[in-house]
Amino acid sequence: MNLLRKNSIDLIFLLITGIASISIILITAGILFILFRESSLSIEKFGFLRFLTLVDWDPVKESFGAAAALYGTFVTTVLALSLAIPVAIGIAIFITEIAPNLLKGSVGVAIELLAAIPSIIYGMWGLFTLAPIMAEYIEPILQKTIGKLPLVGILFEGTPLGIDLLTASTILGIMIIPFTASISRDAFNLTPAVVKESAYALGATKWEVVKDIVLPYSKLGVFGGVAISLGRALGETMAVAFVLGNNNQITASLFNAAATVTVKLANEFTEADKDIYLSSLYYLALLLFIMSFIVLAIAKLLILKAERRYSR
Amino acid sequence: MRHARLRVIQSYIAFVLSTLTALFGIFWLIFIIGDVFIHGIGALNIDLFIKDPVPAGVEGGGLRNAFVGHLLITLFATLIGVPVGILGGTFLAEYARGKMIARLISILSDIMVSVPAIVVGTFVYSIIVKPSGHFSGWAGAIALAIIMIPVVLRTTEDMLSLVPWTVREAAFALGAPYYKVIIQVVYRGAATGILTGILLAIARVTGEAAPLLFTAFNNSFFSVNMNEPIASLTVSIFQYAMGPYDNWHAQAWAASLMITLFILFITILGRLVIKWRYKR
Repeated sequence: MNLLRKNSIDLIFLLITGIASISIILITAGILFILFRESSLSIEKFGFLRFLTLVDWDPVKESFGAAAALYGTFVTTVLALSLAIPVAIGIAIFITEIAPNLLKGSVGVAIELLAAIPSIIYGMWGLFTLAPIMAEYIEPILQKTIGKLPLVGILFEGTPLGIDLLTASTILGIMIIPFTASISRDAFNLTPAVVKESAYALGATKWEVVKDIVLPYSKLGVFGGVAISLGRALGETMAVAFVLGNNNQITASLFNAAATVTVKLANEFTEADKDIYLSSLYYLALLLFIMSFIVLAIAKLLILKAERRYSR
Repeated sequence: MRHARLRVIQSYIAFVLSTLTALFGIFWLIFIIGDVFIHGIGALNIDLFIKDPVPAGVEGGGLRNAFVGHLLITLFATLIGVPVGILGGTFLAEYARGKMIARLISILSDIMVSVPAIVVGTFVYSIIVKPSGHFSGWAGAIALAIIMIPVVLRTTEDMLSLVPWTVREAAFALGAPYYKVIIQVVYRGAATGILTGILLAIARVTGEAAPLLFTAFNNSFFSVNMNEPIASLTVSIFQYAMGPYDNWHAQAWAASLMITLFILFITILGRLVIKWRYKR
């Protein structure tokens, strides 16, 4: 009797924990289902794929399209990654290969604190501190130097106001440095010491060991870290919302205000007064969810693969 | 011989560059936190904590409503998210250990940890705000709880896995059923780790603004009613910073300082606890 009671309590505990863990599946499936349901009106009217190519975003004429927002998301993400990746890998090399033990910990902590700062703080700082610096110093200098060159000059046209793609991408880049850095560091640490020592014994310099042994060994992990940063950059909202200006346009110049998917959602969601308006915003959210989910899933698989291959 | 010197110089240059990137990262950390401190401390005053907002454009007032609202939303998000996360993590690390379903949920949680917070906001808008017809503190708490669950779940799973299997076997040998082993032995062994996970999850959601924009919304009056729109610090910062008034900007800086201090404190505390408990 006592044994039976014990077993039934055990079963109940198993069920409760099981349900709690399945909540993750329910939430994921729920988000996908709800976003799909809410955006059906917009999908019907503008077409599943055609919506991606429409530039118009006009609540009065009820004509909506994702092209400008996707373009903004694409440009800010690419620029942010090209700023963040070299820096992050440099930091990971510094922490694993160069820094004396004392510095190792504190630089690691500093980078993790950079990740802990909430995005709204990045946004505040970007709006009141970085944007004026960009407008007064950095952007005019860029305009006078590489802005004069043919072809790339088009990227630096217009009056530098600081509320633009370049400022937003810079903030985004700083924000995602820690993600790539910490995962690359972990990946570097998985390189077996024996292999590195063998290279040193053959007379390789420290840089040659990093370049020819550590980096090839850990490239899967580094790619995983980059993919996580990419996923984060796609979905970052507040830091960008402060400094991008929510201007629905496709513009070649990085000195123009623009919009990203997230900025559009943050600024317009509560203002959407018509069903088709709200539905189009939901469609944007659906696109964002699918994009970042795929990118993050790839990141996770890369990291898992890297760990499985080398941690034995 | 000349070739060898070239290689050494090359190595030297590479490492100077790498050191510079580390300085570059630390530079931004100091710049941002220093900036928040300089602006924030100048704007701090007692009114910020004990007074509610005054009409736009009028000097004075504070953000008491937002402090209290933020506390309430975070508190209820923790009360919802932490138990679900811990129980879910328990299932993965104990009953489903090594099974396909555990791996699947574990990977899915890792993905959901980084999913855009604003998408969670739109989701909760559709399932709670729209059916009920109004924004509410509950909707905000649930949105934050959804963000917390995968974080707590994964930490719990990892921390429970660190408890050696032999400890469980010892308890089984004494005749204890599995649930008792988990609650009285395994949880006890992993308590510090789980607590750290909870702290870091709280730090994570405290700074979130995006999921609150369409759920808890904002409220310029003092309210403790979770069934109504409720103010939060992060949404107030966004509104005040984007507004045209200087004293709004000052209050936004002061609120930013408080949030930053809180989050840095919790993050460092969490790291210290982990270091102290799991020192290698």
